[in-house]
Amino acid sequence: MIRVLFFAKLREALGTSSLNLEYSGDVAGLKQVLSLRGEAWRQVLAQDNILCAVNQQVAADDQSLSSSDEVAFFPPVTGG
Amino acid sequence: MFVRVLVQEDDFDVGDELGRLRSENSGAIVQFVGVMRERNEGDVVQSMLLEHYPGMTERSIEAIVSEAAERWSLHGVTVIHRIGELLPGEQIVLVAVSAKHRQAAFAGCEFIMDFLKTRAPFWKKEQLGDGSSRWVDARSSDDDAAQRWQ
Repeated sequence: MIRVLFFAKLREALGTSSLNLEYSGDVAGLKQVLSLRGEAWRQVLAQDNILCAVNQQVAADDQSLSSSDEVAFFPPVTGG
Repeated sequence: MFVRVLVQEDDFDVGDELGRLRSENSGAIVQFVGVMRERNEGDVVQSMLLEHYPGMTERSIEAIVSEAAERWSLHGVTVIHRIGELLPGEQIVLVAVSAKHRQAAFAGCEFIMDFLKTRAPFWKKEQLGDGSSRWVDARSSDDDAAQRWQ
C-alpha cells in the first residue's frame, strides 16, 4: 500500500488531500493510474509543471515506488 | 554549528532570535525578514493563507542550510517560516546567519533565502478585497535567483 498526498491547488482541484492504494511501478505509471479516476484527475496530472516527492524528497517520473512509500504531488512552491 | 529551523503559526521576535545567534566568536549576524505586502499583481490582498507539507518542509530547509554550511564557514543559522493565515504587514519568514565575518553571513543568508523560495514546499493563497481568492504562481525571477548559485 502506498500513500499519496496532494497539496495546494492540486488538492483543491481534486477535492482530495490523501489516498491509499495498492500500486507497484514508477511515478509516471502512478500518474496514469490516478488519471483514470476522472476528468479532473486526468487534467491535473497532465500538467507539466506539477512536482512529485517520494518519501519527502523530490523525485522524477522514472523513480520506482515500493510498498509503504509516501508519494506527494504539488504545484511549484511559493513560500518565503 | 547552531541550527534552528521552525515552521509555526505564531509570530517571532527578531531581537530574541538574533540574541540566540550572538557569540564572542561571531563578528557578523545578517538577517532577512520577509513581510506580507498589501498589494500583489495590482490587487489589494486582505489576507494570505500559507499551506505547507509537514515533514518535508523542515527536511528541505535543513538540507538547504547544510548546503550553505558546505559553501561558507557559518556559525549559526536560524530559519523561521510562518504558516496559516497572515495579514498585510505581518512577518512571514526569518533567515538569520552568523559567521566570523560579514561576507559569509551575507552570502549564506541570501543563498538560504533563494533556495527556500524555490525548494521548500510552501504555497500561498491570497484572499482579495472583492471576496475572491487565488493561489500565488511561482515566479521565474525566483528560479533565476537560485540558479545563479549553481
